[in-house]
This record gives sequence, structure tokens and C-alpha cells, in this order.
Amino acid sequence: MIRALATFVFVALAALPVRAIEIQEITSPGGIKAWLVEDHSIPFTALSLMFKGGASLDAPEKRGAINLMTALLEEGSAQMDSVAYAEAIEALGASNRFDAGDDALTVSARLLTENRDAAADLLRQALTEPRFDQDAVERVRAQVQSVIRNEDTDPNSIASKAMAKLSWGDHPYGSSVNGTAETVAALTRDDLIDAKNRVLARDRVVVAASGDINAEQLGQLIDKILGGLPEKGSVPLPEQAKLQLTGGVTLIDWDSPQTVVSFAQPGLPMSDPDYFAAFVADHILGGGGFASRLMDEIRDKRGLTYGVGTGLSNAVYGETWVGGMASANEKTAEAVDLIKQEWDRFGESLVTDKELNEAKTYLTGEYPLRFNGNGKIAGILAGMQLIGLPADYVNTRNAKIEAVTAEDVQRVAKRLLHSDQIRFVLVGRPQGIAASN
Amino acid sequence: MNILMRLSPLALALAATPSLAEMPKGISHFKLDNGLEAVVIEDHRAPVVVQMVWYKIGSADEQPGKSGIAHYLEHLMFKGTDKLGPGELSKTVTANGGMDNAFTSYDYTAYFQRIAADRLPLVMEMEADRMQNLRIGEDDWQAERQVVLEERSQRTDSDPGAQFAEERSAVQFYNHPYGRPVIGWRQEMEGLTRDDAIAWYDAHYAPNDAVLIIAGDVTAEKAKELAEQFYGPIPPKENTTRKPRPQEPEQRADRRIERSDPRVAQPVLTRSILAPERNAGEQKQAAALSVLAELLAGSAQTSVLARDLVLTGKALYVDARYDGLTVDPTTFGISLVPGPGISNADAEAALDAALTKFLEDGPDAAQLERVKTQIRASRIYAQDSAHGRAYDYGQGLSVGLTVEDVNDWPDILGAVTADDIRAAAQLVLARPGSVTGWLLPEPAADQAQAATATLPAAEDVQ
Repeated sequence: MIRALATFVFVALAALPVRAIEIQEITSPGGIKAWLVEDHSIPFTALSLMFKGGASLDAPEKRGAINLMTALLEEGSAQMDSVAYAEAIEALGASNRFDAGDDALTVSARLLTENRDAAADLLRQALTEPRFDQDAVERVRAQVQSVIRNEDTDPNSIASKAMAKLSWGDHPYGSSVNGTAETVAALTRDDLIDAKNRVLARDRVVVAASGDINAEQLGQLIDKILGGLPEKGSVPLPEQAKLQLTGGVTLIDWDSPQTVVSFAQPGLPMSDPDYFAAFVADHILGGGGFASRLMDEIRDKRGLTYGVGTGLSNAVYGETWVGGMASANEKTAEAVDLIKQEWDRFGESLVTDKELNEAKTYLTGEYPLRFNGNGKIAGILAGMQLIGLPADYVNTRNAKIEAVTAEDVQRVAKRLLHSDQIRFVLVGRPQGIAASN
Repeated sequence: MNILMRLSPLALALAATPSLAEMPKGISHFKLDNGLEAVVIEDHRAPVVVQMVWYKIGSADEQPGKSGIAHYLEHLMFKGTDKLGPGELSKTVTANGGMDNAFTSYDYTAYFQRIAADRLPLVMEMEADRMQNLRIGEDDWQAERQVVLEERSQRTDSDPGAQFAEERSAVQFYNHPYGRPVIGWRQEMEGLTRDDAIAWYDAHYAPNDAVLIIAGDVTAEKAKELAEQFYGPIPPKENTTRKPRPQEPEQRADRRIERSDPRVAQPVLTRSILAPERNAGEQKQAAALSVLAELLAGSAQTSVLARDLVLTGKALYVDARYDGLTVDPTTFGISLVPGPGISNADAEAALDAALTKFLEDGPDAAQLERVKTQIRASRIYAQDSAHGRAYDYGQGLSVGLTVEDVNDWPDILGAVTADDIRAAAQLVLARPGSVTGWLLPEPAADQAQAATATLPAAEDVQ
């Protein structure tokens, strides 16, 4: 009966529904480009604005300035102080989220059709006329300092900060967007204005919208929101980051029954001809959740962890192949050895037809499911523009995965997957495993 | 209708939704002959469907000494049936481009898959299969017990905040099993066996005590036809319904607990008190408590506690929490982190003063109106996620509400009056029986030591 069910599964795969989403590429009257997916079934529009460079545009010695500036955008602008601004947003039922990341400052807005213009005006005001009032600056600065303190006592944050530093050194990718207690303490109002001028400009924004709005309305809306921003950012976009990672083990002592394990090795850019082969390889190795080899060996067969996973980490200015898990201190060494074994075994033989087919059907089948909702569509379309993908990527991407062969997977594995290149950062008190360079 | 008269023109437009007795657009509901109740939530914007099966059984139904069995069984439900090998259900879902998972709470255990709409029959067939044909292999149950112990280590024992929350619950509930952690106490988890798990499965997993939710790109007719086909043949069981749990006596004493740990970055105050839950046909009090939580701390700038404590620098953060989707009485909770240079005692005194003032003044009319506008807007935004709405119905029906109760909830929230909020505030802010917990960093000297202890190892990375 297992066979029968499996047969049914593979018969069904042939008929994967592809309901192409229609992306309109528009240019506003003011010359700003945007991607739009219209859907008038729910009376609101999701809007995603991504300003390239994000927190990586922080000035030297001013780490954390763009993050703090971003958090202050909703804390008062034009004639309104923090409270007046928040009251105005709440009275419209609008919602704006501001987030400073490594590659973009992202604004995720939801605007009700009923009062879209009024909500857009408040968003314009936040982006173009923030006040940076002293009381708001001090209040939010103290909140950011609290986040930094929490990160310093969280083993996952400790591991990821250490791995970032080992990977990227002095490039902004090598440190937290939040900055440090010292850099954040020293930020002035002028630093915040400088931070805003670095990142909030029309030459570095990408725009996507989905929902109850047409092309003409969207053009007017984005001109209204973004038209008042400077034409150009005050500094060039960040430089490509140079990966400094070496293989080995870094131990960070932490009093806990478990060790947090973060691991990374060199990756490859999306422009690499073998990118999709690596994408399929990652799924089979550790990216595929319960279906992956690492999960099978380390969790299902031996119960050494609650979860282990890997992924290709492709940022705009650099890329790694990463993974993570947590394991009891006395079992960490065994689990780490299993990761290394699976890593090296991967290129030694071809993946099986079953593994390859199941990876492809997952990776191609999962893709259209992501586009279920205005908020998700706007976020995906802005993200595509951020990394320079064309709109028709949504229709060509699956064919690139389908084309990957077992030989392609083996070739890229032989080229990239070598356990002696992996850096493990262990935060905990793991037994039987020593630090190395 | 008084509610409508007080709304602004904007609010009136937002409130143009079906009247109480009607089903909202795209929602339908049916029950199979074997007792399986089902809700279908249609959303045809993308070719995606979510199937969820919720069993009306959770950790609060466990016997003392066997804590964690509900969650452990949830893990073992992936170990196969007569037809499916261990792990094969998840692998099949993945191979079909979908994802699946499961979760356990005090009152329910739920399983779900998210997958292309044309694969709905496949996941329904597999979910129906494990509703009646679970098989657990000898090696599998032992390895999986290690997995849940690792899960406990990761979620709870590595996190002093999670450990403290566990102890606060144990102090909050004298008698009700909500005082035990869902994942279980470690020493009891270590003793759980396959026999325990199978006994739990046999006693509680049955169509007549489950709720099926299908959300996404499927018609109500098709969903019903498939439900009949796959779940219809499963016979109901007798005596599966959860027994009443031991209830709380009146709590008269305020309690305080405190813990210091070097892994804590800054002091956090949490105060909680027993509060009524949402009940079938009787959700008004719960609605008032939900709006009260929003008024107290729902906005970082304009809420009562944000204005009194955060804007004045006495607190860095404030939060108020209430979730009425439980079988038995739940808790209303407030938490805060003291502001820079503010002692814990002063921060707590400032909280007390702010709450006392709110009890005297009652809600501000303009703020209440803004909160209601946001509630109405949320209702529109909520339609963007069929998956999110699947949770609303699944959770509601699992704790004993009807589909109508879930449908009516936004309207009941919208109808909350200032007087309702005053009464709710008296109920949770002015009665004895609260538990106040302070989770603290190590005293200054020890803290400095702890910090330097980690430095030498960390330095080689810089």
C-alpha cells in the first residue's frame, strides 16, 4: 500500500497547476518604477518599499545609526510629535512597518482603500519629514540598547554575531545592524539626519504593491509618498564583501545544557551557472526539513537534536552556505561529526533519482504557494527587484530547477562541499570537541 | 443599534459586514455522520490549500505524572501507519511541494499541511489514515523521546525567561493542570513510553472529537465530498470527550516570585491574574478583556501604560496579554522592563499608580474609538491570510466555541462599551490573587564576573 500511495503521488506531479501571476511593470508620472499585482477582492493595498544598501550604509564608527533612524521614522514627523503621529495612523487603521536590514531598509505598509490617500500622506511625512525629537531619540535609543543587551545574553545571537564577524570582518555584514552599546550611545541627531540621507533616496528605492489598486492609482500614490525624497543617496552603495571564513571550530563558553551550533562555508552567487544545482543539493542535504539527509541522520535516527537545517545565504554583497542546530552538550560532538560526514559523502556519489525528483517537485511545487496574499506578494516582488531579478523570473525559475541533473548536483557538491572548509561556532559547553583555528 | 451611532463615517464603511446570524462570505460549515465537524474557508486567489485537523485534547487533559504525553504523541503521529513508513507522510507532502507540521497546546493538538490545491485529496487521505491506523516502531519511539527532550532543552532549559514562565504558571494555578508545562516536566518526559502514547491515541483520537478545517482554493462542495470520502468511513469512538479538569478555587493571596540568572540581560516584571475565557454564546466579558489589553499596552506611543510609563522614561517596554481561546479560565497579564536608572521598586510603583488611575478614570473615549477602528481594519487585513483564518476557526472550535461564536467575535469586540471595560478592569486589576514575578540579572558583581568569563573564548573570534 505504501507503493500504491507513492504511485499516486508521482502521477499527480505531472499536473502541477501553474496559475501565472500577472506582474505589471509601471513607471509613475514622476518617473519612479514599480511592480504591481492587482487583486480587488479585499479592500486594501499592501505596499513594499525597499531602499537598497539598508543598514550596510552606516558610516564608519556610526554602526547602528541607520537602525536607530529607521525606528524613529514612526516617532514624529512634520507638525506631529510621536503621540500625535501614532494617533493619526491608528485613527485610519493603517499599518506601517519599518525595518533596517543588511541589504535594505524595508517599509511594509497596509493601506485601506477607504482612506488610502490619507494613509499615504502620513507615510510620506514619516519618510520625508521625520523630526528626531530629542525625547523620542532618547527613548528609542534606550530600547535599542536593551535589545543589544538581550542579544549579548542569547546564545543564538552570540553565535550569529561571532559567525558574522568571522565571515565578513570589517564589512558591515560582519557586525549587527543594531550597533554596539558604545556606538549607539554616541549617536547624535546629526548622525541620524546623515543616516537618513545615506539611505532614503529615490535612486535606491524599489517598489512593489499588491491589492485593491490599479496602475494609475499606484503611480500617483508612490509619487505622493516618495516624490519629496532626495533624488540621490549621499554615499555610494556598499562594496562587495570579501569572505574571510576559514574551516575550524570556534568555542564560546556558555552555561547551558545545550550547545548552539552555527556553521558556514563559502557559497555561490545566483549568477553562478551551478547556482540552481547547489539549490537542489542544499535541499537534499539539509534545507529540506524533515526530508533532508541531515535531519534523517541526526534527528530521526539518533534523536541528537530537535532540528538541524542548512541554506544558501545569498545576500546582495556576499554569499555563504550556512546551517544551524542545537544539541545536548554531551551529544554535540557526535552531531557535528555527522554533519561533516554527510557534507563529505554528498559529492562522493550521485544523489538518487528519488532524492532528485522529490527535491525538484518540492522546490518547484512550493514556489507558486508563496504568492498567497497581498502582503506576501508585495514583499516577494520588492525582494526580487532588490537582488536584480527580472519580473519574468517568476515564470522561468522553475524550469531552471527542472533542468538540474544528478551530475550537476554532484559537480557543484564536489566543487563546494568540503567539511574542512566549514567553520563551526559552538556556544555552550560541548564535550569532546576542541577549538581550532 | 447604539454601536453604529458612535462610529465615524470611516468606521461605518468598515463595519459593512454581514449581520450576526449570517455566515461570512466564503465560510461554510458541516458535520459528518461520524461526528467530525468541518469548516471550509474559501480563498481562490492562489492555488493553495491548507488542511488542519484539530483534536480536542491537550496537555491539560493529561494524568498527573504523565506530563508531556499529548505533545510526545504529536511527534509520534509522524512515525507511520499500516500504509506509510516512518516519516513518509512529511516526505510525501514535501515531495509534492507542500509543508506540514503539528502543534500541541493545553487544550488541543493540531496537524496541518499547506500544499497545492490539487493535492488536497492526497493530504486528506494521509491525515485520515493516521486518525485511525497509527503504528509506532520500537526504535522510533525511543529516538523520538530524545527529540522531545532536546526540544525541551532548546525551548525551555536554554532560556531563563521560558523557565521562569513555567514556574510562574505553576504558582498561578493551585489546582488546574494549566499549571503544568505543555511539553512536560523533564523527569516525567523521561519516563514516557510507547504504551503511554498508544493509550492516549486510542482514548482520544477520533472523528467525533476532531475538527477539520480546509482553507484556500477549494469549493465548499468539493471539500465536503472529499471529507465524506476520506474521513466519512472512520468510525466514531465512545468516551473520547475530555473530562472536566480540576478547577481553581478562589485565589485570595497575592504571590510574588523572583529569580536571578546570569543569562538574563535586564529585569522583567510580569504580573498575571486568573481571567474568564471565551465561552459559547458568552464572549462579551472576554471581548472587554481583549479591548482592555489593547487600551493598556496595544500601542507603543498612545496606550495608557505607554503614555504613563514609557513616554515618561519609567519603563522601556510595557505589554498586556490576554487570550480567551481556552477551555477553562485563563490569565490576564501585564509585563514591563524598567527604564534606564529606574529601580525595580519604582517601576513597579509607577505601574501600580498607572493602573489605579485607569481604574478611577476609565477609558479615554478617543482612544477607545481608535482601538475599535484598528479592530475593524484588522478584520479586513485578516482576509489576506486563509491560513490565519484557519487558525481562528480551528482553535475556536477546539475549545468549545461554535462557528457562529467565531464569526461573531469581531462584532462583539466592536460592541464593547466603556462600562464593559471598567468592569473588566475591576475584574483583573483590582482583585487579589495576582502573581508578580521578577526575573533578574545576577547582582552586579557576579554579573561582571559572568561577562568576563565568556570574554577570553569570544576574543579569538575578533
